Amino acid sequence: MASGVKPRVKVPKTASAGEAITIKTLISHKMESGQRKDKEGNVIPRSIINRFTCDFNGQNVISVTLEPAISTNPYVEFEATVPEAGEFKFTWYDDDGSVYDTAKSVAIG
Amino acid sequence: LGAGAAAVAALPISALASVDDAIAAFTGGADMGDAGIDLTTPEIAENGNTVPISVDAPGATAVMILATGNPTPGVCTFEFGPLAATQMASTRIRLAGTQDVVAIAKMADGSFARASNTVKVTIGGCGG
Amino acid sequence: GNWAKLAAQQTLTQDDLLGFDTYGNITLVHVTDIHGQLKPIYFREPEINLGIGDVNGLPPHVTGADFLKMFNMTAGTPEAYALTYQDFSALAKGYGKMGGLDRVATILNAIRSDRPDALLLDGGDTWHGSYTCFKTDAQDMVNVMNALKPDAMTSHWEFTLGHDRVNEIVDELPFAFLGANIFDNEWDEPAYEPYKMFERGGAKVAVIGQAFPYLPIANPNWMFPGLSFGVREERMREVVAEVRDAGADLVVVLSHNGFDVDRKMASQVDGIDVVLTGHTHDALPEPVMVNNTMLIASGSNGKFVTRLDLDVQNGQLLGFRHKLIPVFSDVIEADKDVAAVIDAERAPYEAEMSEVLGQTDSLLYRRGNFNGTWDDLICNALIDEREADIALSPGFRWGPSLTPGDKITREDVFNATSMSYPNAYRSEMTGETLHVILEDVADNLFNPDPYYQQGGDMVRVGGMGYHIDVSKPQGSRITNMTLLKTGEAIDPAKSYVVSGWASVNEGTEGPPIWDVVESYIKRQGTISIDPNKSVKVTGA
Ligand SMILES: [Mn+2]
Ligand SMILES: [Mn+2]
Repeated sequence: MASGVKPRVKVPKTASAGEAITIKTLISHKMESGQRKDKEGNVIPRSIINRFTCDFNGQNVISVTLEPAISTNPYVEFEATVPEAGEFKFTWYDDDGSVYDTAKSVAIG
Repeated sequence: LGAGAAAVAALPISALASVDDAIAAFTGGADMGDAGIDLTTPEIAENGNTVPISVDAPGATAVMILATGNPTPGVCTFEFGPLAATQMASTRIRLAGTQDVVAIAKMADGSFARASNTVKVTIGGCGG
Repeated sequence: GNWAKLAAQQTLTQDDLLGFDTYGNITLVHVTDIHGQLKPIYFREPEINLGIGDVNGLPPHVTGADFLKMFNMTAGTPEAYALTYQDFSALAKGYGKMGGLDRVATILNAIRSDRPDALLLDGGDTWHGSYTCFKTDAQDMVNVMNALKPDAMTSHWEFTLGHDRVNEIVDELPFAFLGANIFDNEWDEPAYEPYKMFERGGAKVAVIGQAFPYLPIANPNWMFPGLSFGVREERMREVVAEVRDAGADLVVVLSHNGFDVDRKMASQVDGIDVVLTGHTHDALPEPVMVNNTMLIASGSNGKFVTRLDLDVQNGQLLGFRHKLIPVFSDVIEADKDVAAVIDAERAPYEAEMSEVLGQTDSLLYRRGNFNGTWDDLICNALIDEREADIALSPGFRWGPSLTPGDKITREDVFNATSMSYPNAYRSEMTGETLHVILEDVADNLFNPDPYYQQGGDMVRVGGMGYHIDVSKPQGSRITNMTLLKTGEAIDPAKSYVVSGWASVNEGTEGPPIWDVVESYIKRQGTISIDPNKSVKVTGA
């Protein structure tokens, strides 16, 4: 598992049923592109977050395939419908097989 | 502007062939319209290593982003699920130099739409 | 010479300069790009200010005789002296220096006696540009501007004080610091107040701030690493809609976009009544209308104050009266209170900044698309003091002028060089790199789409000549680069020793530019600048 990888998300704590909310996500990750060379001239192997998904109560909101052209600390912002109270689950998949996740619950109010 | 500033101004590498390949793989060679997709990018990148981009393609099932002047053009593909409130998404991308960023939306009816913006990557350093 | 002095004495009175037939129900007062100038200065307007594409020949891309003709003015008159470059040295002797924030205070007092609730709006580039501003981290400007009681400001060079210092000042500021286009670059959320609503003359006046869009490119982004700027036309559209929804009868954008960017934005975004422009340092005696939007340009360095009276009823702008007031410092009396604040700020530094370093036989000025004698002097100093083949000096538009025969003090040198990243680097660059740099800067100035323009002038080059075809695209504007000392063509593969200053790169090493220039002036004694013929311009 890569070191220092930390997911962060911004989700409103409450929404009205059926409301569209903005969700912002960030994960600290160097996103090594596989195109850089080290001091000895050897290519530094690619090591990136290659996939990100967001689901709410088991239903998909968005899934994203990421390539090396995504910046360090990948940021994804999108809009989700909140049909009922429940939990958003966010998952990031690393080239090295690691999977990082975090969750945020939303109340209806 | 200053010493060493030119290091960030590497000339864009032409990668047209693989841009075409990437588009063909996504669209299956279908025609692309230009209505129904908005791509928002800064006119000039503040930092070529992190350029904010945003797409809005109402009714799309997926949007692919390409950076036509990067060594490899692929950037990302957004796929919208049933709970996507809109088909709008934003992210931050790396651009190796001044180039066109392209977004292609696959609509629910199987049609495709394309938008393209030039983003300038500059040395900068002078001002009023 | 004398005729001008006579003309000055006969034609100029404070009453004439301040006279204004109060109109409507709202008064806006605009100052911008003061660049730290507390005291009266000379400031020569540009001779060359090219407009590319659609704006060719439109204000502010009109200079000299063309400017006089366009605005129906006569050569040699006070307004000709204030607004154009012609006969500058002679007219300067007659009409004297302009500006001084104590004179600006007198103008404000007069306006406020007509209209006590006039809004004073500062377009930014205020906390930068002088010896005392540098030494006090801009506290001098903050204190003096506070004495003028502005209602709002926006920003550009302010951020070269560093993000922390800006926030420290803003926390204590008794008026609004606005920037609708300033965002934190982590979560993409607004970092400063986008607008402020004022109640004036029975109407709601929304003032939206727009900071300089290209701060992280034109200035060192490591000084404000958490911030993002940009033109953000869509954001402006949203904020205009927001203030209209909130009941604004009049929408004013206090902008630091630069004139052509503002002209494009005004044509693209509906619902803006007035744009108070800044950054490109243009002074125009009349508003420029873009559809239903009025663009106001109020010059720089404290040289002008704009008064704009508006009649606004039920969300409609029914009419206006406008005056670009030239601040003739020998005619407009200094306000004693503000003069005392200025003196107090300057007193601790008076001895060191008044030291005479030499004198000039030439008019020293900065403005112009390709060169100015101040930068010729700076480039000569860099080549000489740092033993370089080629010198580069950024195309800044700030920096007052000195007239032939003037002494050059340390304060004068700081007026042309003061900044928080002054190191004069010395490095090797290939001919190809030099070409890339020139092409890059030229496109910031001559890209036909204003949203790609950064509002500075062309980088000034010493020791090297070139041809520029401003009509060509990036990469093919610059040709015939020649090393002046040998007359040889610049070889793309060869390395040259280049010295320059104001690099945006963190960790740039070298003495501060003012030390380089001071040393050079002291050694020269008297400065004499030959006309610069090393840039050949076509395609305009
Ligand atoms: Mn300025
Ligand atoms: Mn500026």
